[in-house]
Amino acid sequence: MSDQSPQDTTAADFNPRTAGFAAPTTSVGDYVAQRWQAIRSGELGSLPIIVGLILIAIVFGSLEEQFLTARNFTNLLLQMAPVATLAIGIVFVLLIADGEIITIDLSVAYVAAVGGVTMVLLQRPGDPGWPWWAAILGAVVVTTAIGFLHSMIITKAGVPSFITTLGGFLIWSGVVLILTTQYSTAGTIRIQDKTLVGISNNFLNDAIGWILGIVIVVGYAASQLLDARNRRSRGLESKPPLVIAGQIIGLGVVTLVAVAVANSDRGVPQVTLTLGAFLLFWTFIASRTRFGRHIYAVGGNPEAARRAGINVDGIRVKVLMINGFMAGVGGIVLASRLRSVATNTGGGNLLLNIIAAAVIGGTSLFGGEGRIVSALYGALVIQSIQNGMDLLGIASGTKFVVTGIVLLLAVLLDSLSKRRRAASGLA
Amino acid sequence: MTDRPNSTPLLECRAVSKKFGAVQAIYKVDFEVRPGEVMALVGDNGAGKSTLIKGIVGIYPFDEGQVSFDGKPVKIHGPRDAADLGIEVVYQDLALADNLDVVANMFLGREEMRGVVLNELTMEKRAKEVLESLSVTTLRSVRQTVAGLSGGQRQAVAVAKSVLWDSRLVILDEPTAALGVAQTRQVLDLVKRLSEQGYGVVIISHNLHDVFEVADRITVLRLGQQVAVLDRHAVTQQDVVHAITAGTLAHVPGMQEADA
Repeated sequence: MSDQSPQDTTAADFNPRTAGFAAPTTSVGDYVAQRWQAIRSGELGSLPIIVGLILIAIVFGSLEEQFLTARNFTNLLLQMAPVATLAIGIVFVLLIADGEIITIDLSVAYVAAVGGVTMVLLQRPGDPGWPWWAAILGAVVVTTAIGFLHSMIITKAGVPSFITTLGGFLIWSGVVLILTTQYSTAGTIRIQDKTLVGISNNFLNDAIGWILGIVIVVGYAASQLLDARNRRSRGLESKPPLVIAGQIIGLGVVTLVAVAVANSDRGVPQVTLTLGAFLLFWTFIASRTRFGRHIYAVGGNPEAARRAGINVDGIRVKVLMINGFMAGVGGIVLASRLRSVATNTGGGNLLLNIIAAAVIGGTSLFGGEGRIVSALYGALVIQSIQNGMDLLGIASGTKFVVTGIVLLLAVLLDSLSKRRRAASGLA
Repeated sequence: MTDRPNSTPLLECRAVSKKFGAVQAIYKVDFEVRPGEVMALVGDNGAGKSTLIKGIVGIYPFDEGQVSFDGKPVKIHGPRDAADLGIEVVYQDLALADNLDVVANMFLGREEMRGVVLNELTMEKRAKEVLESLSVTTLRSVRQTVAGLSGGQRQAVAVAKSVLWDSRLVILDEPTAALGVAQTRQVLDLVKRLSEQGYGVVIISHNLHDVFEVADRITVLRLGQQVAVLDRHAVTQQDVVHAITAGTLAHVPGMQEADA
């Protein structure tokens, strides 16, 4: 490897230090240099989010003393849950963008509302009085079916997702309006079932909160260490131990401080656990399974995916069904949080917030780029800005303007980093 | 390079023809590649190079004629059949997903699994072995995304992908068309290494300089017919240009329809 003839490479391509794919363990210096190189060439990772959250904490924390309190922190966890849940589905949808054509679901907020309404109607005592779990199941079956319906129109008939779901936006908002007015006089149907109300209103007791926090940290540490050990034993380069230790300690501190703060108020919300479980599950699907790999391939280069024998339309159908499923889950979380559904459920700026969350969290509009956890990051940013502005008593109009600007900044960052990556690829 | 006269052809096409409607795209073409040989396929636009390749890999199967692989007659009905035999094509657009890393691209559609989980370690190790066997050493890491690679590196990844699956014959469609001087150099070295390792290589190119650099023999197509199979060492670029533009046609176009 090291004594190759000079004509094999060019000065621009050849880096003697890393020729032959480097030594089994990278040094900390090399690792930092590699990361810095990646950032400079446009692979920003979660850096903008971390910077953004710190800025938000400083700005609102200094303007309003209520912002950085335990009470407001648990409120924030409750507020962000519906948007974060729904944004998971949208991350999947954005991932399969077809070249220049963005895939999007403009109907997601109203599909979620249809799910919420379905659940509420099914649990109504005596009419038909389904148990809580059956009502939940009914709701997600309905919304997954809606996702399937959309996917058929998009893949079989070739109607762009933008148009299909614009139609869906109107249709499903109409369905919500029809159902809520038909089954109520005031336009609001309340949830009677205690378990269903508890989904977004219960808190875990302190001990369970601590146990969960510790399980997360230990689980993360174990998977990181195991991975590093396996890689070393197979002679593959692994992250330097110091970096692994740093990441484990970083996650540990953030998680345990979050649990401690939540416990000093009402505890960790139950819905945070639900959200975390979905994030973990879908992250596993997206990053560790063949199906997940194929989703990214379809978003990266549909023609390459097709030639590799991947059923591209099949992947698209499944992704839109996942989105439908998560819309149902999000609708249930939303309905539970409000303890009811009403004629305006799914309206307002919910749709904007969901899509903004996915994009702000780092999912590219151009397909193939983005992690599932960006749903959480983006929802955290969006909701903390809105929460801060609410505490400051800022008017709705200003709130829309600020949220819109943050969204545009995120999209701008995406476009610029994409251009940067393309430029560095020409080397 | 190898003891050519004695080796049986890896791939042998005898009198293959293909018609698209009234257009005779190729007519009674003979074409062969021996193991460890680089066979260049040259010809002007519309000479039938692409049709011949698409026939070999079964995208548009030949209407008539005989194809043998390893001395045995075969019927190739699609890219799957070709891949099963060990024939891989690296198309000009390379078909790489920019957002995926080198390993993911090389194994796309044929991922190694451990239960339901991707077996990343096995794939990464195997990818490195193949790249190293081809002396592709310019990659910073096999875990970097393809978006950050140079044109020559991308070509190298696409070629490595094609030899990952016990393939025997690699067909390269204009591998140097979009590359600069240094990148072209890398790809031509790669082609030589493939043949040294015993792969049969077909290289389609318009660039006769590149062809003379790597090819052992040159098959010239003109107006859908094979007009010459030349030994690179016995001819000059002028001879090849002459064959491409004015090679003697065994069958006069327009006469075949009268026969049929």
